Amino acid sequence: MYGSLHDAIRDAEARGVSLATAALELEARDQGRPVAEIREALARALAVMRHAVEQGLTGDLRSNSGLVGGDAAKLRTGPAGPLAGTLFRDVLMRALAVQEVNAAMGVIVAAPTAGGAGVLPAVILGIARDKGLGDEVLIDALATAGLIGAVVAQRASLSGAEGGCQAETGAAAGMAAGAATQMLGGTPSMVGHAVALAQQGTLGLVCDPLGGLVELPCVFRNATGAAIALAAVEMAMAGITFAIPADEVIDTMGEIGREMDVRYRETAGGGLAATPTGRKLSRERLVQIRRS
Amino acid sequence: MVSILDIIGPVMVGPSSSHTAGACRLGLIARDLVAGTPESALIELHGSFARTGEGHGTDKAIVGGLFGFRPDDERLRDSLQILEKEGLDWRFEKTTLGDEPEVHPNTVRITVKRQHRHHVMLGASLGAGRIKVSQIDGYPVEVDGSHHTIVMVAEDVKGSIARIAGILSDAGVNIATLRLSRKHRGGDAFMVIEVDEQPGEEVRDALRALPWVRWTHRIDKVGG
Repeated sequence: MYGSLHDAIRDAEARGVSLATAALELEARDQGRPVAEIREALARALAVMRHAVEQGLTGDLRSNSGLVGGDAAKLRTGPAGPLAGTLFRDVLMRALAVQEVNAAMGVIVAAPTAGGAGVLPAVILGIARDKGLGDEVLIDALATAGLIGAVVAQRASLSGAEGGCQAETGAAAGMAAGAATQMLGGTPSMVGHAVALAQQGTLGLVCDPLGGLVELPCVFRNATGAAIALAAVEMAMAGITFAIPADEVIDTMGEIGREMDVRYRETAGGGLAATPTGRKLSRERLVQIRRS
Repeated sequence: MVSILDIIGPVMVGPSSSHTAGACRLGLIARDLVAGTPESALIELHGSFARTGEGHGTDKAIVGGLFGFRPDDERLRDSLQILEKEGLDWRFEKTTLGDEPEVHPNTVRITVKRQHRHHVMLGASLGAGRIKVSQIDGYPVEVDGSHHTIVMVAEDVKGSIARIAGILSDAGVNIATLRLSRKHRGGDAFMVIEVDEQPGEEVRDALRALPWVRWTHRIDKVGG
């Protein structure tokens, strides 16, 4: 796969094709498989994403520890806020839904990771429903998201244990923002700006789950990650550009991750996990998991 | 090589791609080293695996992998109960295997025994479900589970690679990568051969029949 978004964008624009087409053709060459077969695999992932959203919206899931669950359903039926009836609220709801399924050991698509699995389906499925876009557009969106994630994997990291949450929900926000910008007709270069705009907003984000469980704050960080992705798409589609290229923003994320103290990298040693309430809840809930 | 389908995937049981799906894949590889469900297993967790593994279901995932469950198998949720029912001698320990960056924070050492087979592997979960096995029986290797893989230990004889390549080519199996390592000159050679097609029984039997091959195993593709 491309080692930089710069190369991918240059290649796509020179050939007059979308980033999805450029990425799928390169993937087909790398893997020695036809493009159609890769699209089929992405279609299967899309079906699992849809199913996870539906399952999460039923509202009767609880995580192993009981710390999270049922909040996606509240956004569906609960009282109105300033975003009631908007795509924005719908996307937040979907992000919580997928992540609640994940916390309950349900089946999801890691995109790029399980801890960040709510952001991408929430943003692209929400936009597809709002704009009436079909599956082929969504499969292209997944291909472009995969390209962006592959660049992050090569230049920085996709592991909370290595780079904090900026490498999980942060990377997911960049992938979702780029994919959605393409869905809405943005050029490859606009996709690049959307990625940079999303990822600049998540730089430095730590991974601090209570008791090491992918529950709190992970479920909510998927919703806020999706919100950042939507903000980036809105700005990129308006023609806003970000002066630092996406590749350099990604490199910065990697650098910050390498400098990040181990307490903030999925060890439950710092951040929200180490607050008085965080520690108390972790103790209680881990005892509960051992008993169950 | 990172691929689109590594990033959009795997389809998996939650909650963590590194601590659940990756851990399950490491268990699957350890299982293949003894070609079946181990009679005994020592699972030594290091770093983040040791500190936060319980909450992420790392224990359930490794145990599930050792039972042959894949990352999207919902039986992973209940694998510890299955283990209790089977009454196998599988134990967990927390340990420190070294410092970063030499040892990845999500590292596990798995020692497995079944019949006359006994192997030790060191592997790490790199994030997004990707894994790397870095040592088998003390030999440095690089197995990422994205291909069907043949691992073997052979005496260091001239022409051995040509013979092996010939057997694979006759069976229509294409070599993707081949890595050779040995602890010292003239000592046994450890070979890791990643192949594009799944090698059949006839390949395994032909390789085992070579007089200078001490042992060989097939590791199934676990991802990619």
